[in-house]
Amino acid sequence: MAIPDWLRSRRGKNADGRDAALWAKCPDCGEVIYRRDLSANLDVCTKCGHHFRMNAYDRISMLIDGDFAEIGGDIMPGDPLGWVDKKTYPVKLAGDREKSGISEGVVCGIGSIDGFDVALGVMDFHFRGGTMGTVVGERVTLLLEEARKRHLPCIIFTASGGARMEEGMYALMQMAKTTAAVTRLKRDGSFLVSVLTDPTTGGVSASFAFESDIIVAEPKAMIGFAGRRVIEQTIRQKLPDQFQTAEFLLEKGHIDMVVNRHDLKATLVRLLQYAAGGIRGRSTSSGQAPTEVGQTR
Amino acid sequence: MNAIVERERGLLEVERRIADLRNANVNQPVDFSVEIAALEAKYETLQRELFGSLTPWEKVNMARHPSRPTSLDYIGQFERFDELHGDRAFRDDPAIVAGFALLNNHAVMVMGQQRGRDTKENLRRNFGMVTPEGYRKVQRLAHTASRLGLPILTFIDTKGADPGISSEEHAQAEAIAMCLYEFTQARVPIVASIIGEGGSGGALALGIADHVIMLEHSVYSVASPEGCAAILWGDAGKAEEAAARLKLTSADLQRFGIIDEIVAEPLGGAHRDPATVVTGVLGAMSSAMEGLAKQSPHELREARYRKYRRIGAWQTERQGDIGA
Repeated sequence: MAIPDWLRSRRGKNADGRDAALWAKCPDCGEVIYRRDLSANLDVCTKCGHHFRMNAYDRISMLIDGDFAEIGGDIMPGDPLGWVDKKTYPVKLAGDREKSGISEGVVCGIGSIDGFDVALGVMDFHFRGGTMGTVVGERVTLLLEEARKRHLPCIIFTASGGARMEEGMYALMQMAKTTAAVTRLKRDGSFLVSVLTDPTTGGVSASFAFESDIIVAEPKAMIGFAGRRVIEQTIRQKLPDQFQTAEFLLEKGHIDMVVNRHDLKATLVRLLQYAAGGIRGRSTSSGQAPTEVGQTR
Repeated sequence: MNAIVERERGLLEVERRIADLRNANVNQPVDFSVEIAALEAKYETLQRELFGSLTPWEKVNMARHPSRPTSLDYIGQFERFDELHGDRAFRDDPAIVAGFALLNNHAVMVMGQQRGRDTKENLRRNFGMVTPEGYRKVQRLAHTASRLGLPILTFIDTKGADPGISSEEHAQAEAIAMCLYEFTQARVPIVASIIGEGGSGGALALGIADHVIMLEHSVYSVASPEGCAAILWGDAGKAEEAAARLKLTSADLQRFGIIDEIVAEPLGGAHRDPATVVTGVLGAMSSAMEGLAKQSPHELREARYRKYRRIGAWQTERQGDIGA
């Protein structure tokens, strides 16, 4: 779907008042914010600057110039273990689709950012906690393969609680599958950027999220391998608040930069410009200044 | 207390009584052979009752049995082993043993997670839970093996990667990710054996291989049953239920195409006859390695890509069920 259509459909939804929640409360400072103001501010708290977890399509519309050609959107999860606990796995999935408005934990596709053609993947925490099962692994792999084939730079936004339990070892093996695709992509010269958003942990942080050329993170995003609770249970003491935040990781040397959401697009464009200086990845309108490139469509 | 160890107690008691009677048979004029035969029959029955078929949770306990052969029990049977140490940056992680070795006169790089065989060693080796330094040792040696053309043989036996403060401070996620990366690009045959517990990403870091062997009662799962139960139900105590749902047994994983070969264990588990089990696993690794050696580096990498590329279970509107 073209982004403007999708935006219109969402705006309509708000105008009818069909969205129950018109107000959002900032989990950090407690400020109650009108949802439309929050959206206009890229889901960043207007008072304290807290970065809310974003929907995949909101991110895409924040970055992509015009159309976004989705890849693997028709790939849907199976139920390989026949998982049942309080609910069956297919029932849980149906609930998440309803709640999040997306079909699985990642949306992938090709579009352009300020005139640069890119392969873009965006994970969404609202679907099963952004966990990686077969579909997330498959869509990310298809994206990486497409980027490699077309010599495009690839940007992946991560948000994940780790591997998806309900798919058992099939889920764990997506770490191997995505890594194999990253290895090929990098061997053939494409530029790979990860943007780590809150939270990025487990099987996603321990695979493609940390295999890229450049790693950017959003402020205060929780990033790590083991979850905070697991560590606290293991060491039997409370962890400091700063532990595993983007800022902590920057200080420890694990990531390249922490970038405010308002500066994110401009930062990514600059990175794409540097990469285009050495390798392929520039779209047809190369050579112009980025601000103009954005207007050429 | 390990449920298998618990069960073995009754069995060991019968074993002791048989030994006592045998002793008495030699040293005393009375004939105990009828009693001995009866006890031996009882022992057989008991053993079959206890171990004839194991539930997934029992297999988890079998995989964690304190006497189960560990990586060093296998590596000790190579013709030669020269251990190599360190991540070249911070420290040597004793939870990974690795180095050059000879197996059937082939030079190889061998590496494995090493848990302790007693409490003292367990403390030193962090119960086989690897830190980023250990994974960086693995990366470094896998890279060297690939350059030198030496096959990589790995032994997997860990509850999971170390979940401590220092491990997070040293980028555990990156360390595991780059192990996966190194293994996917290696230009040499890789053969992995899951000899005990294969827990999560910390196990997979040594698990991307052209041929994956699993001992019959080993387990391999997306998270430890305790971890899975805590994540999904907020209660690590429901581990037994999680073990049943996770499909973590060798038979399940062979059916899924996630492992390639199962090596059988004697009744009662690998620790009842370690010599035979070690020989069996090394034999299987050796023949897998020889088969793979016929392929060029390019063919190996392509085949490995295809192998991992197809793992999954999904559906599309157009094609119905594919994958798996």
